Amino acid sequence: MLGWELPPHNSGGLGVACYYMSKALALHDATIDFVVPYQVEYPEIDWMTVHGATKLTPSERYGLGAYESSRVIDTPMSKADADNLKDMRGVQKSYTKYVETLVETISPDVIHAHDWLSMEAGMRAKAITHAPLVVHVHATEFDRAGGIGNPLVHEIEYQGLMMADRIIAVSEMTKNIIISNYGIASDKIEVVHNAIDIDCLNDGYIYDGSTYKYLEFMRSKGYTIVSSVTRFTIQKGLTFFIRAAAKACKKYEKLLFLLAGDGDQRNELIELAADLGIADKIFFTGFVRGKQWRDSYSVSDIFVMSSVSEPFGLTALEAAHHGNALIITNQSGVCEVLDDILRYDFWDDDKLAELIVSVATSKPLMKSLQDGVMKEYSKISWDDASTKCINVYKSAIKGINL
Amino acid sequence: MNKRGIVLYLHAHQPFRVKQYKVFDIANDHSYFNQTDTDSGDKNESVFRKVADKSYRPMTILFEKLLRKHPEFKVSLSVTGVFLEQAEKWAPDIIDGFKRLVATGRVEIVAETYYHSLAYFYSLPEFERQVEAHKLIIRKLFGVETRVFRNTELSYNDSMAKWAENYGFKGVLAEGWDPILQWRSPNFVYRPADTKNISLLLKNYRLSDDVAFRFGDKNWPSWPLTAETYNNWVNESIRDKSIVNLFMDFETFGEHQWADAGIFEFYEEFIARWLDNPDNTFYTVSGAIDTFEPVGEVSMPNTVTWADTERDLTAWTGNNMQKEALRYLYSLEKDILNSGDNILISDWRKLQTSDHVYYMCTKWFSDGDVHAYFSPYDSPYSAFLYFINAIHDLRYRLNENISVGGLNG
Repeated sequence: MLGWELPPHNSGGLGVACYYMSKALALHDATIDFVVPYQVEYPEIDWMTVHGATKLTPSERYGLGAYESSRVIDTPMSKADADNLKDMRGVQKSYTKYVETLVETISPDVIHAHDWLSMEAGMRAKAITHAPLVVHVHATEFDRAGGIGNPLVHEIEYQGLMMADRIIAVSEMTKNIIISNYGIASDKIEVVHNAIDIDCLNDGYIYDGSTYKYLEFMRSKGYTIVSSVTRFTIQKGLTFFIRAAAKACKKYEKLLFLLAGDGDQRNELIELAADLGIADKIFFTGFVRGKQWRDSYSVSDIFVMSSVSEPFGLTALEAAHHGNALIITNQSGVCEVLDDILRYDFWDDDKLAELIVSVATSKPLMKSLQDGVMKEYSKISWDDASTKCINVYKSAIKGINL
Repeated sequence: MNKRGIVLYLHAHQPFRVKQYKVFDIANDHSYFNQTDTDSGDKNESVFRKVADKSYRPMTILFEKLLRKHPEFKVSLSVTGVFLEQAEKWAPDIIDGFKRLVATGRVEIVAETYYHSLAYFYSLPEFERQVEAHKLIIRKLFGVETRVFRNTELSYNDSMAKWAENYGFKGVLAEGWDPILQWRSPNFVYRPADTKNISLLLKNYRLSDDVAFRFGDKNWPSWPLTAETYNNWVNESIRDKSIVNLFMDFETFGEHQWADAGIFEFYEEFIARWLDNPDNTFYTVSGAIDTFEPVGEVSMPNTVTWADTERDLTAWTGNNMQKEALRYLYSLEKDILNSGDNILISDWRKLQTSDHVYYMCTKWFSDGDVHAYFSPYDSPYSAFLYFINAIHDLRYRLNENISVGGLNG
């Protein structure tokens, strides 16, 4: 299995999905060698062998994360310098070289590559071992860029998808992008929605109301907390969210917004909140993990996923687990697996404002959304997802479609 | 015939910088100004101690020497209340030094707001309370009454001059900005428009900034500036005129311009050369006003400051983050004062110090380098967030502890 990150060294959902998918696959007796582009010990990961492809530490890899395709320059792999680990292409080349050597010794039955970052390595591994290649698409460059993105990344994705024996898409939405934008035959693509590991969330966690003490205090005064936990990038549609927040506050004053995360758009979002006169309504935490991350879900009443293009959207399930009512864009894959949610189109800030106010001002509506999605989300298991994944492996090995 | 003279005026100030006050601190931690999670301890303390060593102490020593050596040497100082609070905590010898200077009778203290705030533009009653608080601490520490007023960042307009006249000040300081003065020279005493009993001293910004900003700039064609050259410039500028107003930050000496660039030796030599000419002398701000009748009226209907190329308030109030921050802060006035909680009131006032909004300035063009140099934060956006978080905590304290005030106050 070829990946780019595993928690806690992840910058987003890719690493989380890889972690739980591999864990669930191992329970189906899969033997997994997982390659990451950095060097680190994962003492708790006992269900697979994690290989570090370079000498980079996880933090040195910062800036070469899974979501930074816009920073990739235009070097083809043949011209990249494998010794230059400050350059994304250098790291990818070094990663590929490592994988070339590794597959000679372990002779995999299937090569499972996650996203464009490791697709080139996947193709090389397939060429060397003649094992089938399964490409798992968590996000395409179209999602990350909010449209046409880096041409080199598009090229890599296209080649990877063409060379793949089978493709796993994390949602119907992603499958459709692969079909319509890359011209891949639909019968080569299987949708395997991501899931949520409830056991992991039930790890003895107890909500600490003092983490966001002020927000809890305001809740006690009748305020509703509306949150989003996300990267601050164009893909996440947060400028629309903030405009909607301003409109919602005009209609109903007792709203506060918690934006947990960080990213390229941070300054723009802060400025926008000030421009709209709601800077004291929006709380920017910066990047959160651990307790601050869990508690950000717990303190909030309504969770908004405002993404312009979200292949899946695991955070929505995490928010559901912590008792949030969900408002999700139609452009987010996760809404394919949930019914008790409110939906809108990402550009429609009037609609989002209206939905936020409706939920905040109607306790019965909020309660029924929270309870409804609470029942739904827990049925979405990694075990089911891994069963589907195994079936994809089997079909790839047999060379036939499901 | 009165001698022509230099009016040297230095401004000493240090803000209580807001620490990296995060969302998680709101309602949990009510101290905004003590950055203690760094290796160097309290950020405000370490800055103060550093500048004390580099500037306040050596310049005070130099002033004492100059006062002894040259009977005609005089200087005016303004010292903010928040500066004095920090000096009392971390370097009380600096206050003793200033006391010795004032005791010579040739060093005048200039009035301003205690908190180095922009209160004049947001709340006149609060502004007056801060002017009064400053008068009080100056009286208490130095035993003198202030007579001449300067507002924060030398901000000035016609209505402020009228306010100062009514308040009983005999003079007020402002920037001598060309677009306002046009053909007139800043080297005279003027009268603010529509006033009778107050005089206006205008900063000669070219000669002031030659020292304050350009002295150590190796790309400046006049670098390295010698005391002889500078003395010639000042003599040239004052020909047939009364005064040259050299207004600058106290920290110019040793902090903005470093000792190893020769700023102290330069100034000592310049003052000796200036006084070598028997036609030349020094005046305190009051001295200049008492000596020279105003030569004419100057009107500044719009606010002028000594900052940036625009000479306006845009470095503090130019963008919406700054406007929001100030709006939230000043809208708390009534509730904070009603609380009767002196610590809360003091914290609120410390947040009024203009430096906080200055750190939020996004004019990163010709003046950006100056802004970045003075900011303790990684960006204006971070400065804004920490400040807004502190405002939330003020609101929390109002509500939780005292049960007054609106949550959106």
